[in-house]
Amino acid sequence: MNWKTTASAMGLALLASTGLARADGVLNIYNWGNYTSPDVIKKFEAKYNVKVTITDYDSNDTALAKVRQGGTGFDIAVPSQTYVPIWIKEGLIQETDPGKMENAKNIAPEWANPDFDPGRKYTVPWAWGTIGVVVNTDAYKGPANTWGIIFNTPDELKGKVNVVPEMGDVMFAAIKYVGGQQCTDDKAVLKKVRDLLVAAKPNWIAMEYNTIEKMGAGDFKATSDWNGSALRQRLANPAIHFNYPKEGYGLWSDNVVVLKEAKNVENAKLFQNFIMDPENAAGLSAFHRYANAITGSDKYMPADMKDAPEVVIPADAKPLGELQQMCAPETQELYTKIWTELQK
Amino acid sequence: MATAEEVAKAAERREVRDRWLLSAPALLVILLAATGPLLIVVVYSFLAPGPYGDVKWQFSSDAWTSVFLERDIFDDTLSLAAAHVTIFLRSIKLAAVTTLATLALGFPTAYFMATRSEKTRDLWLFLITIPFWTNLLIRTFAVLQIIRNEGIINTILLKLGIVSAPVQILYTDTAILIGMAYVYLPLMVLPIYASMEKLDFRLVEAGYDLYATRFKVLWKIIFPLVKPGVIAGSILVFIPALGAYVTPSILGGGKNMMLSNLIELQFGQGRNWPLGSALSITVMIIVMVALLAYVRNAGKSGVRHG
Repeated sequence: MNWKTTASAMGLALLASTGLARADGVLNIYNWGNYTSPDVIKKFEAKYNVKVTITDYDSNDTALAKVRQGGTGFDIAVPSQTYVPIWIKEGLIQETDPGKMENAKNIAPEWANPDFDPGRKYTVPWAWGTIGVVVNTDAYKGPANTWGIIFNTPDELKGKVNVVPEMGDVMFAAIKYVGGQQCTDDKAVLKKVRDLLVAAKPNWIAMEYNTIEKMGAGDFKATSDWNGSALRQRLANPAIHFNYPKEGYGLWSDNVVVLKEAKNVENAKLFQNFIMDPENAAGLSAFHRYANAITGSDKYMPADMKDAPEVVIPADAKPLGELQQMCAPETQELYTKIWTELQK
Repeated sequence: MATAEEVAKAAERREVRDRWLLSAPALLVILLAATGPLLIVVVYSFLAPGPYGDVKWQFSSDAWTSVFLERDIFDDTLSLAAAHVTIFLRSIKLAAVTTLATLALGFPTAYFMATRSEKTRDLWLFLITIPFWTNLLIRTFAVLQIIRNEGIINTILLKLGIVSAPVQILYTDTAILIGMAYVYLPLMVLPIYASMEKLDFRLVEAGYDLYATRFKVLWKIIFPLVKPGVIAGSILVFIPALGAYVTPSILGGGKNMMLSNLIELQFGQGRNWPLGSALSITVMIIVMVALLAYVRNAGKSGVRHG
């Protein structure tokens, strides 16, 4: 499969390069699927007379593996915060110093100097979000601001809970639930985590990504999920609520980087600056349904997102959020073993 | 002076040589395309994993060790890799059951098709191939729409008052089997039909004339004669079913890993490419051994039936 997708990506890159003749410039974006607002792209194309192409990926690992091979033809990628340090360390992206760009003043203070890219030397915030628990309140009315919904499922929800199969996210949540620190390699904690997961699994109905449709249709009554996904679910069915677990929940952020092998560096820089403009950032949010880390963008946000509890974290839940980190490879190996044990 | 015969021989030799030379580029490409990627997988299985995916170029047999053995992360004892064995057995069982299910459904279907008049046969054949026009993913989603809690089956059962709450079919082993049987059925029907079509039905009449029971006719006359089709069909179903990925994930809910999920995990979130490579090759070896054993046994008993 990897070979096939590589080949098709190369085909796309070839197609993209033929666009060269038609516009003043091109910009080849490599981003998660269903994540890039066509309106904002159109605006960028019109403003700078640049032809933009977008190629999709479905996981950080896919994106990293492909860019590592080189010759992709992409100028921009959007890795998550956990992966940004790897991209930097492996020399895959270039220092465009977006922290000094004209629109950098708009970056919200809490996102201006993140640990994964101190001083914003490489990255521009694209979106950020949270991972919590989504519950259909028609099925369960009790307190749901806990990972216990997943790991110690109440009777009403037994056999109706889904878990999104992101190993890192599930391990984070389970470790928090037993009172450990993220990325821990403490065997005592991990043993508790393993036992917790194995005992919890019989109460789950599935482990899959397709939550929006399945929560909507009622196949699932609760799931672990990303906040933007939860927002879409609530808009379709007001009984569906997103909850911030009191044991602590994960924060993530995806970031626009310029590849070292980029051929259209100037256009890529223009794009980095462009999306830090509040109106454009709001345009991106309106499409992908996540917050954007740009101050002043709330003015332009769509009405159904302005006060959405999924996007605007309530004050009491704010201190519980923690930016997720990349765990050490040795720790990751332990987690993979527990994960295999869970799914065997 | 060379005789005419010698000249002719030389010309023939030259022609043979030219033929080989002309086809050499194509043969070379096929050889490389067939073995190249496989060789890379073999090489990768003997390397160390890179810290964040990819491989480190240093020899290591760890991947192969951990296919079969695992060191318990808590008490550090070395034991048989129970998780891997469970997953292997689950996939093998699913592939075997799928083969049996498609055989049970496909054999009568092929018999039915082969016993129609010459004109209508083509129509039936055409109908069997229709599902191939659509993507596997879409066919699987169609099955999902039928068996889910708000799906067609449950809606009808509820409306008729046969059940009071929807029957949970989706995300069970039954769901996986329904989906697999549906998806792979044509691969079983087509080869059996091809054998069945050549069957001389006068032999069946002769059997009845000699007072054979229906079962005897089926078992002693029809089955031995269409056996090559059954073997081909079983192989065509078993091998892809062993590596099935889409259908078990969508209909089974992804709670229990199949072989393909285990391999994908190593190339994705698990970041252990060498282990993924070693697992892939293990699957190939299993398929090869199973095939050899199957074809050998089938061939032997075929001789006995004459």
